[in-house]
Amino acid sequence: MIGVEHVYRLAGVLVAVVAFLDLRDRTHGKRWTTSLFWAAYALTLLFGTELPDFVNGLLVIVIVLVGGLGGMGRGSVQTSDDDARRASAARHRNLLFLPALLVPGLTLTATFVFRAVRVAGAPLVDPKNVSLIGLAGASVVALVVALVLLRQPPSAPAHEARRLMNLVGWAAVLPQMLAALGALFAAAGVGDRIAELLGRFVPLDHRVTVVCAYTLGMALFTIVMGNAFAAFPVMTAAVGLPLIVKRFGGDPAVMAAVGMLSGFCGTLMTPMAANFNIVPAALLELPDKNAVIRAQVPTALVVLGANTALMYFLAFR
Amino acid sequence: MLTLLGVVVVVVGFALRLNPLLVILAAGLTTGVAAGLDVVQIVSAIGKAFTTNRYMAVGWLVLPVIGVLERAGLKERAQELVKKIHAATAGRVLLAYFLLRQIASALGLTSLGGHAQMVRPLVAPMAEAAAERRAPDLPLASRLLVRAHAAAADNVALFFGEDIFVAIGSILLMKGFLAQSGYDIEPLGFAVWAIPTAVIACIVHGVRLVRLDRRLGGGA
Repeated sequence: MIGVEHVYRLAGVLVAVVAFLDLRDRTHGKRWTTSLFWAAYALTLLFGTELPDFVNGLLVIVIVLVGGLGGMGRGSVQTSDDDARRASAARHRNLLFLPALLVPGLTLTATFVFRAVRVAGAPLVDPKNVSLIGLAGASVVALVVALVLLRQPPSAPAHEARRLMNLVGWAAVLPQMLAALGALFAAAGVGDRIAELLGRFVPLDHRVTVVCAYTLGMALFTIVMGNAFAAFPVMTAAVGLPLIVKRFGGDPAVMAAVGMLSGFCGTLMTPMAANFNIVPAALLELPDKNAVIRAQVPTALVVLGANTALMYFLAFR
Repeated sequence: MLTLLGVVVVVVGFALRLNPLLVILAAGLTTGVAAGLDVVQIVSAIGKAFTTNRYMAVGWLVLPVIGVLERAGLKERAQELVKKIHAATAGRVLLAYFLLRQIASALGLTSLGGHAQMVRPLVAPMAEAAAERRAPDLPLASRLLVRAHAAAADNVALFFGEDIFVAIGSILLMKGFLAQSGYDIEPLGFAVWAIPTAVIACIVHGVRLVRLDRRLGGGA
């Protein structure tokens, strides 16, 4: 059965290639440290399952120290120049879009097809991870199509991957680091403490204050944790269920649905949600790493206000 | 209350604009120590959680094909195409993508989009080209603003679209959590209550995208 472990290995190979190319670039002022960062990351992807947790943890510390103390650089890039790109764009025209659209198209198709394909009674692809495996497969197929269709040299994927990975730099591991912190927070009971504090300082004897405490609490908690899924169980157990539903007789479905969406407003406003807010800033080469958050804050605040009103009017209808 | 020291480290670290990787590691160590763990346990916990969340790394697999397409002139072609459409403005390009992304997400098609796959190679360059067509000497700050809005459109559309689809992770989390507490609610029961917020988010962000054009200036 093809499982998610195979996909991690593939990603590990990709990152290892980046590490190798960075090491080979003699013009690269930070080639040793940049390469060390990617090599340590590649090891966690390739062998994370087999290595003891402690060794993985040490690799993470190497990654953090190299990435956090300015060890990353971009090196000299092997890619086409502006004139060559314009000429190639004029030659291939709309054919260029085909591989780009193949990625989402094939990912989508794969999620349906993979569920149905069975070999000797067992599923060919792990049914729990069809979309991740589909995305990996779609990326590989689209790459081959692009190489053949657009007559690109076989060395191009490695150099291009290195160019883009170095553009993202240390932000590449940020989502996983934040997830790790979230797990530590959960194990230490940070959520319960915050709920306790909230209960002590907010007067929760009126519908309005209770609804505000829940929606704003979901948003605030998500801003701290970076993930509405981490905030939901804590806030719902502390405020949503005991007060909105049990004391004031609110509709549990409205409470949960609008509560979760209030958490999403928090996700739009926090650097802790790195994969949505910080990684795109790096991918789009924005000098201000909080530029995406800045563009989102007005929408997030208005929708959060609207959610609070919606919960007040819909839950007690 | 010592357990909350980690949160304090995060807030102070981010406020001081220290490198987030260092802030998170420091917060993790602080939380672990406050919870009474020894160093080996803390390092192991970090290593374990880091590896269980490797699914977040799968998105990097799309970078080779995106890079190759950029090498072959994908951005240039996307920009040329937009420059031919006279009605195209940055706000309208982003609004069109926003609507498609939100509707697709509401139908459960969350993979039709994303920052590495769609925003960097297609959406951002197209919006930038449209802005440039209206104001040929577009300042860098406006260019960066358009790019930031391209990423924002993807996020807002995804977040306030996906919860309408019944089989999405957040709906399953709500259902599971409430079922534990004795409230058995069908996934559809949650999904319908995501619709009002989705409509409001669509209107609010749509208006902001239309107004983005006014902020960018330039002629028609």
